[in-house]
Amino acid sequence: MSEQITREPPASAAKWYELFSRGARDWLRHDAKVREAVRRHLPELVSGGELIGGGARTVRVPVKLLEHYHFRLRRAEERQGVGQGQVKPGDVFVDPAQGGAAGGKGPGGEEDGEVQLLLELKIDDIVEWLWEEMQLPNLVPRAGPSQESEWVREGWDRRGARSRLDRRRSFKELVKRRGAPGALPTFTDEDLRFRQLARRRRPAVRAVVFFLLDVSGSMSERDRQLAKTFFFWTMQGLRRQYRMLETVFVAHTTDAWEFTEPEFFQVSGTGGTVASSGFNKVSETVRERFDAAQYNVYLFYATDGDNAASDASAARAALTALAAEACFCGYVEVAAGHSRHLETETGRLFAELASAGAPVDSCVLAEFDDVWGAIRRFFAAQQRAVEGA
Amino acid sequence: MSRGDWQSYIPRIEQLARGLGLEFHPVEFEAVPDAFMMEIAVYGLPVRMPHWSFGVRYIYQLIQRHMGHSRLFEVVFPGNPGHAYLAAGNGLAENILVTAHVLGHADFSRNNLLFQRCQTQVSERIVEHAAQHARQIQQAIETHGLECVEAVLDAALALEQHIDVDQPLRRPRFPEYAEPPKALADDEFRRRFAALEPGTAGAALASRQRAPLPPHPERDLLWFVAQYAPEMESWERDIFLAVREESFYFYPVFATQIMNEGWASYWHARLLREADFIAQQAYLDAIKCHSDVVRPVAADEEVALSLNPYHLGFALWEHIVAQEGLEAAFAIRAQDDDFAFIRNHLTRELAAELGLFRYRARDGKIRVLEQDVDALHEAILAPKYNFGAPTVLVRRVHTDGTLELGHDHALDRRGLDLERSRKVLEYVQRVWRRPVRLATVDQDGAEREISAP
Repeated sequence: MSEQITREPPASAAKWYELFSRGARDWLRHDAKVREAVRRHLPELVSGGELIGGGARTVRVPVKLLEHYHFRLRRAEERQGVGQGQVKPGDVFVDPAQGGAAGGKGPGGEEDGEVQLLLELKIDDIVEWLWEEMQLPNLVPRAGPSQESEWVREGWDRRGARSRLDRRRSFKELVKRRGAPGALPTFTDEDLRFRQLARRRRPAVRAVVFFLLDVSGSMSERDRQLAKTFFFWTMQGLRRQYRMLETVFVAHTTDAWEFTEPEFFQVSGTGGTVASSGFNKVSETVRERFDAAQYNVYLFYATDGDNAASDASAARAALTALAAEACFCGYVEVAAGHSRHLETETGRLFAELASAGAPVDSCVLAEFDDVWGAIRRFFAAQQRAVEGA
Repeated sequence: MSRGDWQSYIPRIEQLARGLGLEFHPVEFEAVPDAFMMEIAVYGLPVRMPHWSFGVRYIYQLIQRHMGHSRLFEVVFPGNPGHAYLAAGNGLAENILVTAHVLGHADFSRNNLLFQRCQTQVSERIVEHAAQHARQIQQAIETHGLECVEAVLDAALALEQHIDVDQPLRRPRFPEYAEPPKALADDEFRRRFAALEPGTAGAALASRQRAPLPPHPERDLLWFVAQYAPEMESWERDIFLAVREESFYFYPVFATQIMNEGWASYWHARLLREADFIAQQAYLDAIKCHSDVVRPVAADEEVALSLNPYHLGFALWEHIVAQEGLEAAFAIRAQDDDFAFIRNHLTRELAAELGLFRYRARDGKIRVLEQDVDALHEAILAPKYNFGAPTVLVRRVHTDGTLELGHDHALDRRGLDLERSRKVLEYVQRVWRRPVRLATVDQDGAEREISAP
């Protein structure tokens, strides 16, 4: 008779096994790999423009489970198999593996019933990764004369609100007073220490960014989509840096209007182009609502560059005035179809200003892939402009 | 009824089994939580090396379990002693059945020649070996970093099925030089010939020829890469050889599945029938459980498009024992694998009785084909050839270190999936560290070569 070794797990064992689950460990590794892959392809993923929604702070990216590849035979058009049941040769019935009427071939993943993973990513995380991944420069804010104050923790006192009692510190006092080890006496009021707060003033770092979009008839749907994608990620990048970032969305044709964020990303229009109307609207808003001494003012202007000839001098005057007040003005020429980049009316205007030493820069957006190049360029140019000033 | 009760049945069931002629090494029974059972099903071994691909299988398994598709009663590992893990959630009747089933497996793995051959190579303690590999790989991760080790495992596990079980596990390298040509007979003709042309006659004997690498197309890819990769680190070789050793263990399990499950099912049914010490109710419950396991088609369907190996094996063994007697059955369980078993014992009459049929699926339609017992055998066995993998061979290592692989598409009857194969080449290239090429055919039968990088 053989020896018997039998074991019954204790009731807690199930929990224990789950804690050290190898399957879960390897699953987490898979998860990390997926995130890594998503992160590596993020610039392509996010420049597509589908992610831009109003206000949501997370995006959901559907991803397939990773496949560990093996040598496999090509999918045959027909497969042979063996079944069991009461049938006669020549019987024909619907293949349940094909999902009934669907018929034909569904590409990929024949053997496993397609499990999709919905990866939820925080926009803040995405922006953080992107800035790291693409080594985008940070903005250099211009500290204005205005001050903001905040409360910071500073020192301890024997009196204070009960909620600010520092137990660790108080206990140390108790030990100090007692001197030698042994049974500790009880606390006295002498021992108690409360955290104190002090008011600190520091230069305000506030920013307002104007997104000015040409929505005239010459801007195609794709042009607008390009511009909005660029605006969206620029805005995320600025938000990353400023605690208080105000955004103003202005669209113009021959006239200019301000929009709210969700409306702005939906807006479209018709008619001619008068750039000065947009610049004037921005200047007006700065004067009315944002003190240029207190705010870092940024302007990003997206257009196809065709400005009405009659508007040339008005646009120059308006933009020169604006550039004097703003930290930085970025000009994005969305030119999906054009070949001569920055040779346009507005393009020349910005080039003129740049050579005169104003903090402006221009860039061309022809493809969705150009968005990141444009952002990098503007952020670097902005840094130079501030350092040069 | 306390859960521990089933353990008191073990010695009696064992005694009964021995009395009927089963021979097995002692088996350690252990009841484990369901979560652990599921992991064994995913990894194939109780403790195995970490790799993210197991995580993917784990999720599929979790989903299946949530949908109520799969229920695991037991997993048994052959060896001396054998290890049997029983789900802690099993009831008494299920555990009695499972105990008898495990003894059937234990007898099979001890006596089947394929199992024996692989076990003498891998040793009878595969469970401990696999745990040792896992520890070794964990140490490699600590020394060389997760990314490096993972790259090696990606390649090794992708080639998991590409071994040659006809070669020994510890296999010597190929001879470096070609066999010297045989010395020519020293006869009258030779002497006269040498006298005529003194320069040429003896010269061929002197020079040694370097053997081509490999001397013949080689299908043991894991071994070949581990032996001949130009710049492989020794710890990387160890990982390749660890994966290969585990594949040697898995091969007989894979190649005798129908026989082995059928044998265990035959014996649990027979042992239960002959065990007079089991209470009536427990017996009925156990038999109910048995018929769930060996039923050919799901309860709510009339036709199944895949075979239940438990059912097929069980039916074949019942037939063999009835026709040829127990002694003949014992001989067959020792000598056959699934290929021999199906071809020799699945007769036309039995196939008709079981309602087995071949079908062809195309464009969402399934057409039942003519009865033909030889074609039926081949259709059942087709997915089992070559460890279930396409036949990929090492054709040549070039002087610049390029590894040239070839796919035997004539044997497999169609080409490889090019996208997947390219990914596998990328895995392999990272450990081979020289270009890797592979020739196969596309859907039109035209030669295609893919390569990495």
